[in-house]
Amino acid sequence: MPSNKLVPALEIKGLKKSFGRPAVDGLDLRVRPGEFYMLLGPNGAGKTTTLRMVTGLLKPDEGAISVFGIDALAEPLQAKQIIGWLSDEPMIYDKLTPLEYLEFVAGLWSVEASVAEARAHDLIRWLGLKDHAHERCEKFSRGMRQKVALAGALLHEPRLIILDEPLTGLDAGAARLVKDVLVENVRAGRSVVMTTHILEIAERMADRIGVISGGRLIAEGTLDELRDGFGKASASLEEMFLAIVE
Amino acid sequence: MSTPGSLLWFARFETRLAWRDLLAMMTAGRRDRPDRRGRPARRRGVAIGLITLPIFLHAVAFLVLYFVAAGIRADLPTFIVVTAGILLAGSAMLAQAMETVTRTFYIRSDLELILSAPVQAGKLFAVRIAAMALSSAFMSMLVIGPFINVLAWRGGVQWLGAYGVLMAVSITSTALAVALTILLFKIMGPARTRLVAQIAAAIIGGMFVIGLQVAAMLSTGTLSRFAFLRSEYALTHVPDIHSVFWYPARAAMGDWYSLAFVLCGSVLLFVPITARYAPRFADYALTASSRSHKAVREQSGGRDFRVEPAASALRRKERRLLLRDPWLMSQSLMQLLYLIPPAVLLWNSLGRGSAVSLVLVPVLIMTAGQLAGGLAWITISGEDAPDLVMSAPMTAWGLLRAKIEVVMQCVGVVLFPFAGLLALISLRQALAIAIGSAAAAASSTAIQLWFRSQSKRSHFRRRHTSSRIATLSEALVSITWAAAGAVAVVNTLFAAIAALVALGILACVRALAPRAS
Repeated sequence: MPSNKLVPALEIKGLKKSFGRPAVDGLDLRVRPGEFYMLLGPNGAGKTTTLRMVTGLLKPDEGAISVFGIDALAEPLQAKQIIGWLSDEPMIYDKLTPLEYLEFVAGLWSVEASVAEARAHDLIRWLGLKDHAHERCEKFSRGMRQKVALAGALLHEPRLIILDEPLTGLDAGAARLVKDVLVENVRAGRSVVMTTHILEIAERMADRIGVISGGRLIAEGTLDELRDGFGKASASLEEMFLAIVE
Repeated sequence: MSTPGSLLWFARFETRLAWRDLLAMMTAGRRDRPDRRGRPARRRGVAIGLITLPIFLHAVAFLVLYFVAAGIRADLPTFIVVTAGILLAGSAMLAQAMETVTRTFYIRSDLELILSAPVQAGKLFAVRIAAMALSSAFMSMLVIGPFINVLAWRGGVQWLGAYGVLMAVSITSTALAVALTILLFKIMGPARTRLVAQIAAAIIGGMFVIGLQVAAMLSTGTLSRFAFLRSEYALTHVPDIHSVFWYPARAAMGDWYSLAFVLCGSVLLFVPITARYAPRFADYALTASSRSHKAVREQSGGRDFRVEPAASALRRKERRLLLRDPWLMSQSLMQLLYLIPPAVLLWNSLGRGSAVSLVLVPVLIMTAGQLAGGLAWITISGEDAPDLVMSAPMTAWGLLRAKIEVVMQCVGVVLFPFAGLLALISLRQALAIAIGSAAAAASSTAIQLWFRSQSKRSHFRRRHTSSRIATLSEALVSITWAAAGAVAVVNTLFAAIAALVALGILACVRALAPRAS
């Protein structure tokens, strides 16, 4: 595995996927190591499709994806080993407890037992799930389910964390907690790629922002770079986003 | 035009929903795409289905009844057989209606919209109860209608009275289902009623046919229900020919007085039950949806965390989920009810030391196939976190293999005691059951694998609508393996031929299966 710091955390070249009509249409994207990258775009822009192809949940029609130098299409298992994925709809098992869920995830990612156990307890505590660690998830609120799913995505300490709308439906407290967890992970040197419709969050958290529309990247840069391109130093991300996608 | 909120208005609304549900069921939920000429392909498909299915069913009814219909007389043996048929249909309708009533209580769908609207929800529930009765009658007429038509053609128009009996039976079974479910709700409380009602529904659905088989087994030593119904034993233990008990049978055979009696009786049962319970449905539905939210705590048994290799973790997860979901467990193991008659037969044979009937081998093999099909759907299509497992660093085949192993283990656990007991009587039959069951289970699992489409476990009961080819082929292959197993007891060559037929069917099904994207 290439260890060079210059190797991008995620590199997408000429990615295409069509479901009758193009969903992703020749997308090029590069995320640096240790970067918090926000992928924005209107509904149906191709954000989720792109992320699902990166995580190996969808096969692209064309193009290349590499994760820390690993060709994700040729060596999917190696790539999956260092990716953590959280979808917008927390998919957990109702009949398992959070600890049992993490036990299962640790098995899937072959995390060493003692390490997994320590991390699982840390994550459970960190995400405020300690009192519910032995309760079945079936009665959990959406926020709690999202936290369990997030703990699962982080358990194997992925180098690249990919999140699709992770804050949808969360209350302020839970959203804050999730954001804090992500910021901590970026500080620890991990890369985060996240989609969101909450532009204020992108504005505050992202190192760089990519705007995707019609399956193509139509704008990219830091907030300042986007403002420079927009020609208005005080422009909000919302103003710029609407102008870009329209 | 009907006034919004009136019974008629609700009826129109429900009719539209029912029609769309029917279309979705017949087209497996596929969207209506225009064909080359721009006409809606789905409706054309439905039209073709609506024409060809009745023709096919009439052909089957003709073959079954051609030599029988003309010679039927209104005597006690005939009344027994007709009444048994009515009870059989009635138990199935009652089971289906209980299932629907329970679903109405527990699945919110549009309940919150309706209950929050300034209308009398009782009217809507009255319409829904009536709709249950009508749809139950419609579905049974679809299946039984061709037989009635052939009987009317061959035996005389008086047989058309059977349509009236079917209507009465569906009205009665719906009314009973409402009353029974609400009774369960009151006795057991909202938390337990769903599971208990659905198990009760399945037992009621299978009870009559199983009961008949057990009775036949104990009295005549065979599993033939028909032989039992025509037996001297049955004739001497039923009510007198003039009894009111035979009115439904008389009505089905064209006695208009009996038909009027049966129809009036069903309506007299239905109207007060609907009038009494429809206005309360809203309260029950609310109670069910706001039932205790107390979380279930799991005991760790002193060991908090156990990490296993990926495949073992998957198998453990599947076993845990199955064991912790009594509803799913009961639904998938419901087929075991049908093992009761062969189990009685086996027990009897052990006691007498005589040879076991050939019936036992195919019944067990079919059960293995059906059980494996259900379990394979749960583990493969009913994966609740597909993104999680698919994003894990594990090969797709590794994932599937672990799931298939769970299915095979479960089938083995169920079938092993039967094969083991049978080995005490006949090693050849035990071997036939073991090999046949393994083949049927593997075939059903393979079919579920080829036709997998992601769904929720809670949709287990609706899995048959996702692919009718898968459902039919699963049944066909199980039957063929069952036949091969039965023949294997006496003739290895013919068994090999039957096995080849089963493999041929599998190959055809594979060719028809959608390619993985």
